[in-house]
Amino acid sequence: MIARFVVRRAAALAVTLLIASVAIYGALFLSPGDPATLLVGGGKEPSPRLLAEIHRQYHLDEPFPASYWRWLTGMLRGDAGQSLSYQDSVTHLLGARIGNTLLLIAYAALLIVTFGVALGALAALRGEWADTVVTVLSTTFMAVPVFVMAVLLTWGFAVRLGWFPAYGSGTGFTDRLEHLTLPALALAASWLAYVAQVSRAAIRAELVSEHVQTARSRGIKESRIVRKHILRNAAAPIVSVSGVAVAGLIAGSSIVEQAFGLNGVGALLIQSAAKQDLAVVQALALLTVVAFALINTAVDVLSAALDHRLPPGGSR
Amino acid sequence: MNHMETPLLAFEGLHITLPVRGEHRAVVHRVDLTVPAGGAVGLVGESGSGKSLTARSVLRLLPPGARVGGDVRFDGASVTAMDAASLRALRGSGAAMIFQDPRAHINPLRTIGDFLTEGLVTTRGQRQGAATARATDLLREVGIADAPRRLRQRPAELSGGLLQRVMIAAALIGEPRLLLADEPTTALDVTTQAEVMAVIDEAREQRGLAMLFITHDLALAAAVCDSIAVMYAGSVVEQLPAARLHDASCHPYTRALLAARPDPGTGARPLRAIEGRPLSASEAGPGCAFAPRCPAARDLCTTDRPLPERTGDGRTACHFPLLAGADDAAPGTERTVRHG
Amino acid sequence: MSAYQSVPAAGGRLPLGRVRALARGQGVPIAAGTVVALVVLAAVFAPLLAPYDPNAVDPLAVSQGSSAAHWLGTDDTGRDILSRLLYGARPSLLAPALITLTAGLAGTALAVSAAWLGGWYDRVVSAFLDLVFGFPGLVLAVVGAAVFGAGLDIAVITLSLAYLPYIARVVRSAALRERALPYVSALGLLGLSGRRICLRHLLPNLLPLVLVQATTSFGYTMLDVAAFSFIGLGTQPPTAEWGLMVANGAPGIIAGQPEQSLYAGLVIVVFVIACNLLGSGLSRRLLGEDR
Repeated sequence: MIARFVVRRAAALAVTLLIASVAIYGALFLSPGDPATLLVGGGKEPSPRLLAEIHRQYHLDEPFPASYWRWLTGMLRGDAGQSLSYQDSVTHLLGARIGNTLLLIAYAALLIVTFGVALGALAALRGEWADTVVTVLSTTFMAVPVFVMAVLLTWGFAVRLGWFPAYGSGTGFTDRLEHLTLPALALAASWLAYVAQVSRAAIRAELVSEHVQTARSRGIKESRIVRKHILRNAAAPIVSVSGVAVAGLIAGSSIVEQAFGLNGVGALLIQSAAKQDLAVVQALALLTVVAFALINTAVDVLSAALDHRLPPGGSR
Repeated sequence: MNHMETPLLAFEGLHITLPVRGEHRAVVHRVDLTVPAGGAVGLVGESGSGKSLTARSVLRLLPPGARVGGDVRFDGASVTAMDAASLRALRGSGAAMIFQDPRAHINPLRTIGDFLTEGLVTTRGQRQGAATARATDLLREVGIADAPRRLRQRPAELSGGLLQRVMIAAALIGEPRLLLADEPTTALDVTTQAEVMAVIDEAREQRGLAMLFITHDLALAAAVCDSIAVMYAGSVVEQLPAARLHDASCHPYTRALLAARPDPGTGARPLRAIEGRPLSASEAGPGCAFAPRCPAARDLCTTDRPLPERTGDGRTACHFPLLAGADDAAPGTERTVRHG
Repeated sequence: MSAYQSVPAAGGRLPLGRVRALARGQGVPIAAGTVVALVVLAAVFAPLLAPYDPNAVDPLAVSQGSSAAHWLGTDDTGRDILSRLLYGARPSLLAPALITLTAGLAGTALAVSAAWLGGWYDRVVSAFLDLVFGFPGLVLAVVGAAVFGAGLDIAVITLSLAYLPYIARVVRSAALRERALPYVSALGLLGLSGRRICLRHLLPNLLPLVLVQATTSFGYTMLDVAAFSFIGLGTQPPTAEWGLMVANGAPGIIAGQPEQSLYAGLVIVVFVIACNLLGSGLSRRLLGEDR
């Protein structure tokens, strides 16, 4: 049953990515002018000789399916073309920056999953003041956008307290971690609050459920009830929203990188969008959508495996 | 009813309040009831009469914030005063509860085997192998044929009737002395109801188990219990031997319940619904809670709450109990006269 | 006359009852609604309220703290921060409002037509919504800016598309439930046309849900628009906009002048919290549920 579900989700994933890649490549031809100007970058009209060169290099005069196929297979082979504004291959630009971004997202994901679930569990199981504090804080933090959080953290922890560096990526592992702490916190904060709220609700629902009452009526120790009946049963929804949160980090990471001057692919996406360097933007957009869709699919499969009641329904 | 030895279960003036928007409201007014070892008592009442909470008070399974007055004694020991360890022992091997809705009351994510053996393995320290063997035997006993396969399945793969048998097996596995059956057949199809009831009855007989049977079905209670207690708006209004239900019931409410039920045996007797709506315990005034719906109510009934007193074969809480065999509608003679 | 004089005394219980209603949970949505209304009014009447021209540069009053002349201080070119916050409310509110309106109208129309017509049309619409849902909204907007150039207009168009599924998916499943209700087939038997049933009966019953979804989405679209301006792809300087103001003030933070960023950030946060609380209050009131 679960195998069929995996196959179906994988097929849906492939179709989604195929359509998404057509949309991303097609964006090149949506602009009113010559698409070649978008590959030059800078948004200004280059010389006709350069344009002709780009037309030949990117096979822009071939029919759309052919040039799309060339682009897609190039992407799959790891050849994402040349960035004319950076004077470098897109693959090389990406390779130099992806490490920072992955470390940032992993750091933030770790914060979200550990502290989000822990705070949610604390609020649900302790109740009373802990519940009030977590609920109020999470409601507030959910409304604080990543870039405002970045500003607040920089001001508080970098400028006022001087505990962490305010800017840059750092070198060496510990130095990089230190540089990434404030960005990871800024990136994680609102998602952490969201995961805490959903965890709280899921654990509370199990806490008052009938089957927990049954376990109590049979004299089973409360600590075991919490572990084996409450937390275990609340795991599927918690994993599910944690996945949504981690996927959400991908989009948020570009803002954080921009705010903290981190040299990552997110900042590269924004800067090349500002320069209208579409070769880079297309590659990064495809990468983002692939990562986003992969995480969402993985989470769907994982939460289906955790909760045998859920799987074959497509829309949850 | 005046047994000299201590009864297995005794409610002594049980009173339960629950917090509703900041104030405590009574949900059980007064329950005095005993279940002798090996005996079966049916606690009958409409929904909201407090019968289910009464049963849950035996295992201290009340909603958070509930306050309990009076006492519940299990084998002489006060349940309300028990420490955590004794309470766990009581829940694990003293009394076991069969809940109404097995689909909700069995953890949907764990296997039937886990559900059955969890208590034995974690609280009694039995080995998993021995516990599984015991669970297999019990599943066969409650009429589940392919027990080993069922042990590996999850609740969603079993029908309601099968799940309720699993629930019964789970109650029996701790070898309790008392079963608390909270409407164990209400959520089932009519055809499986009888089978499940038979399984409970048989298991009781073999083990000499006592039972407190909660139901709204007076006839069913009379069929499987030795004694019947009728609850209305948080109080037991009448208690009498099951066999004497039709002949000896004196409380107008019990009579009304009997009259409201179709009885194929007595031919073309017209059915009579009880007029008015059932009261919850917290709505009851100073008088008899049934007075607003009672055809025989007089002034005294609205001002003074009657206490249970001996009436022939049972005990009745009524100022003007109906004479045995008298017409339902006619008010009985006053208690003082009858006692004289 | 004396009989009538007791009327005001009896009426005096009314405010008390109102206070009690506030304390019983109505207070939070009312307060949130008041905050939202005040901000909208501030945006509308910005020219009357703002003490300065939001773009007036004053080289003699650069990066000042709060004073009697400039209540919230000035930015790095001497522009009055309070005036910029007031004027900044206009694009900061207008863009999310346009997005919510577009996504709400188009989303509801798609959802109701898909639920009503069913068949391949419904499958195509659902697949399209799932596809859009798979794109992070901000990435969509960044690609849009890369193709068409930076600007608030492109953010409005791309984010309208990105928010479409948030409204349409919920409304579609509600419309499917509604469609299955007996009264709908009864109306069909009475000879009413499908369009009439949709417009006159389905839609009004779904309206509370659309309203709740839109209110909650409004807060989040505002965050996305502000973020888009913050990264430099939305509103372009010198226009005053909250997200852009946070970005403009960012260099000042390290120099010890965090006011511009903090005030603009605070305004965004307070407004979004108010939107969310209003949304859940409306949800409880109109739909009778917590979400």
